[in-house]
Amino acid sequence: MTWSEMSPLLWEATGQTAVMVGWSTLFTVLFGLPLGVCLAGTDRGGLFPAPAVRRVLGLVVNVGRSVPFIVLMIAVIPVTRVLTGTTIGTAAAVVPLTIGAVPFFARLVETALREVGRDVVQAAEAMGAGRVTIVTRVLLAEALPGLVAGLTVTVVTLISYSAMAGVIGGGGLGDLAVRYGYQRFETTLMVVTVVVLVVVVQLAQTLGDAVARRLSHR
Amino acid sequence: MITVSGLRKAYGDVVALDGVDLHVGKGEVFGVLGRSGAGKSTLLRCVNLLERPDEGVVTVDGRELTDLGATDLRRARQRIGMIHQHFALLSSRTVAGNVAFPLEVMGVGRAARARRVAEMLDLVGLADRAGAYPAQLSGGQKQRVGIARALAAEPSVLLSDEATSALDPATTQSILALLRRLNRELGLTILLITHEMDVIKAVCDSAAIMSDGRIAEAGRIPDLLATPGSRLAAELFPLPPAEPGTVTVALAADQALLSRLARAHDVDVAIAAGAVEQVAGVPAGRLRLRITGTGTAAALADLRERGLLVEEDA
Repeated sequence: MTWSEMSPLLWEATGQTAVMVGWSTLFTVLFGLPLGVCLAGTDRGGLFPAPAVRRVLGLVVNVGRSVPFIVLMIAVIPVTRVLTGTTIGTAAAVVPLTIGAVPFFARLVETALREVGRDVVQAAEAMGAGRVTIVTRVLLAEALPGLVAGLTVTVVTLISYSAMAGVIGGGGLGDLAVRYGYQRFETTLMVVTVVVLVVVVQLAQTLGDAVARRLSHR
Repeated sequence: MITVSGLRKAYGDVVALDGVDLHVGKGEVFGVLGRSGAGKSTLLRCVNLLERPDEGVVTVDGRELTDLGATDLRRARQRIGMIHQHFALLSSRTVAGNVAFPLEVMGVGRAARARRVAEMLDLVGLADRAGAYPAQLSGGQKQRVGIARALAAEPSVLLSDEATSALDPATTQSILALLRRLNRELGLTILLITHEMDVIKAVCDSAAIMSDGRIAEAGRIPDLLATPGSRLAAELFPLPPAEPGTVTVALAADQALLSRLARAHDVDVAIAAGAVEQVAGVPAGRLRLRITGTGTAAALADLRERGLLVEEDA
């Protein structure tokens, strides 16, 4: 296979991966961040302790995290159909990717928020700050470098998850490597695809690290 | 300014506060001394209701805090400043951002906020570090930021939770001097807790000693000095064991006590031992005297009458 033959395939697959990872990252933050705040906040000694709620949330998150992604993708097909009107394609892949990444990211958010000192939260309480103020201006603001680091890990995980999206016709770099590299014995394309994946992950990690470092004033 | 009565608080079986009464007057610097675990930290955190007492009433600046709902309590807390042992600054914000925080909470507008922040940083001598992050500051500077932040909302009361315990002695002195200055210049009422005797001596008008969740003793320092058997006075101004033929007197308001005594009663006054230090800027302490001469009995009667005679070992 020549470079001119591979190039359009690679571009298309990279685009598909970008779409899947991009949208699912957006939705993961949208749902995972509040979930993480709830996990941290409902804990004993948290901002709004509710042990029962926390147990339920914790259970849901743990179930979500223990189902292998390839199984999850098939299992949530009915949900995918309701949300996107289809069960195959790049858009359809965003649903299982988001569902798979939300619990993962929520745990990372929880951990990052826990790192914020109890004394800082109490100082804000002593100043008469309400819960919303404390969550947005103290907890999330103080944990921002940790949240960015957690998001970086989540994006890398999503890139790796998205490689399985070929199973439901999502396309992407992983799918390209399987279809051409494995099924058609196009070893060159497979190697090139893997190199592209490595570069993409490397870029994501480097960018995430740089942003986290820039935000940290500890 | 601050009145606490019948305060009780238990954590499971551990009783942290066992019926605490306390009164801090307007413009007073009041120090609560105690070992760790004595309950003083719980007491302080009950004053702004960071901890809710099981029983008892807390009144600050005429408002009964224990009676307020969540919203009113938040508003009342804005009028109570607090500084912390480990500063509790927001690492994500600059010095100016930290001082602005309580003003943001109160909903003060941007321009007024900037003005007030500049004013506060001037007050604590950190105007040139407004753009620095807490991590770039020394411990003393961090506590100055903490003080500026605590006072930004113009509170009537400042609570100090071991504010100098994490600082070296020289820095401690400069922070205490700052607190004393703020007390004088702004008429700020300060309630502080500490385990360090020196803190009490350096800034407090009044003091209390706490142990096992109770206030063992409390009062104005000059009064404590004149109180026979006062544990606080003995801890603040320790004297060696008494020798026969000596008496112990309190040195407080009357600085020329000894010469006056000698002149009035025609006695010789020798100092056998003494513990005198600057307390809130005025010399105070206890002296052990050997009084001899014909007027000795009259001199002792005089001291007793003025309430300065703490101990007679003759």
